[in-house]
Amino acid sequence: MNDRMEPVVSVRDLRVWYGTERGAVRAVDGVSFDLLPGETLGLVGESGCGKSTLGRGLLGMLPEGAQTDGEIRFKGENLRTVSRSRLRDMRGPELGMIFQEPLTRLNPLMRISEHFEEALRAHTPGISKDTVERAALEVLGLMGIPPTRYRSYPHEFSGGMRQRLMIGLALVFRPAFVVADEPTTALDVLVEAQIIRILHDLRREFDTSLLLITHNLGIIAEACDRVAVMYAGKIVEVGEARQVFRDPQHPYTRELLRSTISLSTTGLNYIPGAPPDLTDPPPGCHFHPRCPDAMRVCEELDPIDQELSGGQRVECWLHGPDHLIGVDGRDRLRVREELSVADEA
Amino acid sequence: MVSRAGSLPRYMLQRLLLVIPMLFILLTLVFLIMRVAPGDPVSATVGGQLREEELERRRAALGFDRPLIVQYLDYLGDVARLDFGTTITDDQPIMNIVKENGGATLTLTVAAFAVALFLGVVFGLIAGRFRDSAGDVVIRLLGIATYAAPVFYTGILVKMLFAGNLGWLPPNRATSGFTESDVDEHTHILLVDALWQGETEAVVDILEHLVLPAATLGIFICGIFVRLIRVNVLQTLQADYVEAARARGVRESKVMRSHAFRNALVPVVTIIGLQVALLLSGAVLTERTFEWPGIGSELVRYITLRDYTAVQGIITMFAVVVVVISILVDIVIAIIDPRVRY
Repeated sequence: MNDRMEPVVSVRDLRVWYGTERGAVRAVDGVSFDLLPGETLGLVGESGCGKSTLGRGLLGMLPEGAQTDGEIRFKGENLRTVSRSRLRDMRGPELGMIFQEPLTRLNPLMRISEHFEEALRAHTPGISKDTVERAALEVLGLMGIPPTRYRSYPHEFSGGMRQRLMIGLALVFRPAFVVADEPTTALDVLVEAQIIRILHDLRREFDTSLLLITHNLGIIAEACDRVAVMYAGKIVEVGEARQVFRDPQHPYTRELLRSTISLSTTGLNYIPGAPPDLTDPPPGCHFHPRCPDAMRVCEELDPIDQELSGGQRVECWLHGPDHLIGVDGRDRLRVREELSVADEA
Repeated sequence: MVSRAGSLPRYMLQRLLLVIPMLFILLTLVFLIMRVAPGDPVSATVGGQLREEELERRRAALGFDRPLIVQYLDYLGDVARLDFGTTITDDQPIMNIVKENGGATLTLTVAAFAVALFLGVVFGLIAGRFRDSAGDVVIRLLGIATYAAPVFYTGILVKMLFAGNLGWLPPNRATSGFTESDVDEHTHILLVDALWQGETEAVVDILEHLVLPAATLGIFICGIFVRLIRVNVLQTLQADYVEAARARGVRESKVMRSHAFRNALVPVVTIIGLQVALLLSGAVLTERTFEWPGIGSELVRYITLRDYTAVQGIITMFAVVVVVISILVDIVIAIIDPRVRY
């Protein structure tokens, strides 16, 4: 659709791993995607699939001891290799982050006004309090926070309001790229809807590209243009959100959608088994031990990124390429029965 | 529930009202402990050299023959009027002792506290910032060692080294003889009087005498500060809001200053209230070790004389000081940390 637009963020073969006593944990294992200006990309997957690590890795906010490889192209620079001070200068004006737990993300001893002053002064030394206040009140107004609350302390706000404050603190700079890491997980449903609405409207007000990390598929459907499905450190499917939801191409996406609970749900579906140990993931496709459609080739060779006719990209041997699959490669592995037996035992 | 940050005066009033029950409990404890202690105030003081009738007469004169509850109410009433009693042995009002010797104790404790806070903040911040470095390990070990070592022991070591072997500083007392005669007494705090009157020589002399006792007591107290500040810095540096500030591109030095340090100091202020009690008990031993003419030295003297009223009076005064300071600390915390004002 937007082929002519230059992507804001272009990630190529990004890897993030942590050294542990049991060996390297490959939390992000060769991820590539593009993010267009003003676009919202949803990133979904089970807990522990590497979503948060990917989000933090993009902004260089990984814990000490994490190693990275690959390329994060942003406005002509590789964020993975730029100096720490360059990255610090970009955080705020160019890059923003919204966190999961809004209750602990504001310094309890600082007024909201002081948070804005600190953030803006970090990048514009000597900026006056009035200028800060004007900018802050404008963005807080869009977040539905009344100006009378500007000098309040964090503990005087509810969880939902604090998350709106956090979003305001990120957006006051009008950054080109924001990572929101499960921004509504800690909030109740009504507040969640409100936050999602705000994030959805970002594009109109700020022209910000957003990577929205969540495990809630409803949020993706509501607020995202495209969706990337992550499993065991890899993006297994990415495409237009509607398209992917209507016609999932990867068995994992399909099973994930089948597991969602709604009013029309008659029986509870779930994916048998658990996500793999990332220190020692299964060979070939990481999903094959849990996959109902697993074939012989799936446990032998890593799947290859395929672009399908609908514009979706998927890493699954069901979609080829055929010439790499051996003679008996398409033979079914009878995984499903084994798992069911194991489950009943 | 609209509770804005402005409810500070109400909070302060609540705290001040709390003084009454706190003091009541403390005074009751002091009174009871003094009565539970073996021996009779009068016979203990004069050591059994008097006949029974004479002892009775003296007991009656001091009011010790009345029922306990009457003595207790009497005691509470006196304290309420800031009358801490009169010594048995030399018939001095306790308030006089406080006036005469309080200045020296105040000088010592304030100086020691400054030393402790300075060492505690500096070493605590270094140890917290450079966790598990060689410096951190040394600081942690010293923090425990100085806290574990009795004040009189450290005091004697310090005296031997700096006053004895090196001869840099005077070993005992608060002044050389000449100073006191040079300075007119107004505030009963010799250092303040000397400064006020511009007696440079006297000021230097007083400060020289102050260094060793203040350092001894300060080092004793600072161990808790060091460890507390270190732990708090470590915790706040990992706090979510610190990470969030970094995510907005705030410089590390600014993060340290306005987030880690400030937030790490709140629990330290809390502990100051508790430290005052330790400081006063340490002061008693320090004064004894350095022949410092403060209330602590007087207390030890009256204890050896077994003067019950004197001991009770001085301890009561200490209790009042601890209560007042801990309330002040509560109020200071409320000013720093808006969350406690509820």
